[in-house]
Amino acid sequence: MSDPASLHYTAEHEWIAVDGDIATVGITPYAADQLGDVVYVDLPAAGAAVASGAVVGEIESTKSVGELFAPIDGEVVESNQAVVEDPSLVNRDPFGEGWMIRVRFSALPELLTAEQYAAITA
Amino acid sequence: MSDPRPEGTSADGARLSPLHDRHVAAGAQFTDFAGWQMPVRYASDLEEHHAVRERAGLFDLSHMAEILVVGPEAAEALDYALAGRLSAIAVGQAKYSLLLRREGGIVDDVVVYRTGEDRFLVVANAANRDAAVTELRERSAPFDCEVQDESDDIALIALQGPRAAEILENLDRLDIDGGPDAEAGTAALRALRYYRALRGDWDGHRLLIARTGYTGEDGFELYVSPDAAPALWSELLDTGAGAGLVPAGLAARDTLRLEAGMPLYGHELTAETTPAQAGLGRVVALDQKQDFVGRAAVEQAPEGGRVLVGLAAEGRRAGRAGYPVLGDEGVVGVVTSGALSPTLGHPIALAYVDHGVSAPGTELALDIRGSRVPAAVVELPFYRRPTD
Repeated sequence: MSDPASLHYTAEHEWIAVDGDIATVGITPYAADQLGDVVYVDLPAAGAAVASGAVVGEIESTKSVGELFAPIDGEVVESNQAVVEDPSLVNRDPFGEGWMIRVRFSALPELLTAEQYAAITA
Repeated sequence: MSDPRPEGTSADGARLSPLHDRHVAAGAQFTDFAGWQMPVRYASDLEEHHAVRERAGLFDLSHMAEILVVGPEAAEALDYALAGRLSAIAVGQAKYSLLLRREGGIVDDVVVYRTGEDRFLVVANAANRDAAVTELRERSAPFDCEVQDESDDIALIALQGPRAAEILENLDRLDIDGGPDAEAGTAALRALRYYRALRGDWDGHRLLIARTGYTGEDGFELYVSPDAAPALWSELLDTGAGAGLVPAGLAARDTLRLEAGMPLYGHELTAETTPAQAGLGRVVALDQKQDFVGRAAVEQAPEGGRVLVGLAAEGRRAGRAGYPVLGDEGVVGVVTSGALSPTLGHPIALAYVDHGVSAPGTELALDIRGSRVPAAVVELPFYRRPTD
């Protein structure tokens, strides 16, 4: 599991862990809690080009449908098939096994710190 | 991701249940429901759903509206104000009925309990409280009776699930009226049939105990004063802990009622839908001689038009309220409620579809955000509890 304090965040309730030129993207526990039990996840295939702010996936709970936005421009190098198979990972381990996609990027946009993100959801 | 909060969530000026502190202490998440902050889930809505199907769940329904109609002509007033013949039910009996518009649409769906010869309790949806009170007052004006809005003075706790009866029987300090001793009280509780109610008293507080619910399971709805509600809530949870009783929120309540094929006002029932379209023709007392508000419109309503059906699909993506239903040649209907059924494991939906494609077995499709997902018309309810 990633250390939440060291992650980047978006106002759209995504977290981003950066390792070299690869960004791992997931949704925050706050978002997972608000959705309720996640029962369906649809993610882009590896190789897909994504643009910051574009809808790239769907996260459905029993009660509602959430969209996953790409937080960054780049190319999807991996999507988490474990979370597609078992969507409850999003609720159980949002910072860990519940990650969504890995994106190869060239430039990191301006993102929120953990503190800034915490202020949004307070 | 997109804003995950349910629409209209706001703590500003929202009404709070008398059980609010209990829900906060239990770590509930809240949602705005008709101006009330009500628990949407405590931890996992799926777990709460399964608990009700397999064991028992406890719901706070204190937002519901309770309207008392009292007086020598209360029965006649309700026969005229509602679409059913309420004068025909016995004391201790309950009936599901509709408050119709003069034009035939639905103002609200209600459960009416006859609690005395000249006394009825009408339970309406929270969102329709003012409309129901206003309409009942106007319609009963020619009759010798009074309409009192008791909503602020009555809390409602629902105990639902196959182990509900056992839990209620084990509740300490519960006395059932009419029984000379505790054993007779337990026997009366056991003998209480579906859509029947009896009076009792818990720890010195008056209770109306009804064998009614909105989950498709056996269960009870307990009407109690707001002062007594928090202690009763905690005592029920303690009593039922060994039987697997958990508090359950509105998210589970919605998937439970959907599986049971029960309509929800604002989704399946609106001011524009007629009882026949909603499959509620049996609720309307057209075979009786009496007049009631909306009767003429219902009798003259043209045949045809869209009707409410159940749809079942494969996979995991559910049709949601507002999604189009597709036939071979375009849109033939619209979804009013839908979810991945926690009990059945596949998507289910209630939808209004054209009369010609409403027969069970008809193959249709759901337009799920641009993808065409096959769905078949099925008989309602989707889920029926096993009977022993």
